[in-house]
Amino acid sequence: MAATFHLSVITPTRTLLDEEVTSIVVPGSEGYLGVLAHHAPLIAALAPGKLTVKTEGGQTHVYALSGGFLEVSNNKAILLADAMETLEEIDVERAKKAAERARKRIDEGGKLWDVPRASEALNRALNRIHVHGGR
Amino acid sequence: MATLKQLRRRIRSIKNTQQITKAMEMVAAAKLRRAQGRALASRPYAQKTSEMLQSLAAAAATLSHPLFEQRPVETTSLVVVASDKGLCGSFNMNVFRQLERQFEAEARRGVSLYPVGRRANLYFGKRDWTIDGKVPQLGDQLDFEKARLLALELTNAFIAGKTDKVQLMYTKFRTVASREVVIEDLLPIVPREDAEGAVAGYIFEPSPERIFDTLLPRYVQNRVLQAMAESIASEHAARMLAMGAATKNAKEVLGNLSLQANRMRQAAITKEILDIVGGAEALK
Repeated sequence: MAATFHLSVITPTRTLLDEEVTSIVVPGSEGYLGVLAHHAPLIAALAPGKLTVKTEGGQTHVYALSGGFLEVSNNKAILLADAMETLEEIDVERAKKAAERARKRIDEGGKLWDVPRASEALNRALNRIHVHGGR
Repeated sequence: MATLKQLRRRIRSIKNTQQITKAMEMVAAAKLRRAQGRALASRPYAQKTSEMLQSLAAAAATLSHPLFEQRPVETTSLVVVASDKGLCGSFNMNVFRQLERQFEAEARRGVSLYPVGRRANLYFGKRDWTIDGKVPQLGDQLDFEKARLLALELTNAFIAGKTDKVQLMYTKFRTVASREVVIEDLLPIVPREDAEGAVAGYIFEPSPERIFDTLLPRYVQNRVLQAMAESIASEHAARMLAMGAATKNAKEVLGNLSLQANRMRQAAITKEILDIVGGAEALK
């Protein structure tokens, strides 16, 4: 049995996970990084991406993460997610619409819209579509 | 003494009022359930964010960020969260009174307000306070965008040196029957001295500066949002209780009035019978 550590995933609207896991792979803002049990203390900023969690029982779960922060210390990991969905929860239609809207705003430019925010929204939407399709 | 007709009219009017207060009570109860869930669900996030901020601040003590800068306090900005609607008992007045007690006439000079919610704007707009910014309507649903814009405004004012201290005043939700008006410091962010359990030697990914830059605005936003969520939940709880009490009152008044009305009706009937009996008696 692989060594485990405790993972809590908390979003502003709910506590999504609170369990023992053997490994996680998170989308760091500079690239994906993996965390195993007894990881050195770490604070990382996260980008929109795919979160992979291997549970104690050996199953692998995939989530769409819309950015956030990860803190690891004393064999405990706390992931503060801006938003996160399980595969079943992802609303692909909504994400496609959001992506379309964001693209349009970026095209229309800086006078009308907040372009950095629109491109962040585009990233989040594309990530949701990607995670959902890339099972 | 009121006539029977007047009494009946009053009974009808109180019945109408009672129907309204009863409906409001039920609506508030339904809204409370949602608002309460929302406020409680986001508490862990708010708490963990501030914990993470603390360990980050402790671990990277050398780091400075404009939002940590402690200046002698000459001007304070105070965000006052109240409700949009009335008819919720003493909910709004509790907030306003506490604020006025906190800052007596003299102390008001260095204070500027950011009233949130229609009631707060109505109340402070007419009084002797400096108002720097406002959120005119809180809205029925918790609005992330409003919290974001307000947080941005506060942060900018603080960084520009327009204010030296930002505080949040709102009604914290405890249970359905109890709530508490609190004032909390928002800016500058003060790292805890004792920082127990702080782990030295964190790895930062990417740099601590970059993490600060993304974490801090989110933290401020979240505190503002949480204050709004707590206030909305408290408002619905207060309204539910106030309307429940009003319904009960109406029932009591109705009882008294109908007793009175029945007595008068009975008296009138008795009088009529006596008249008839008297008349019949006289004909004999």
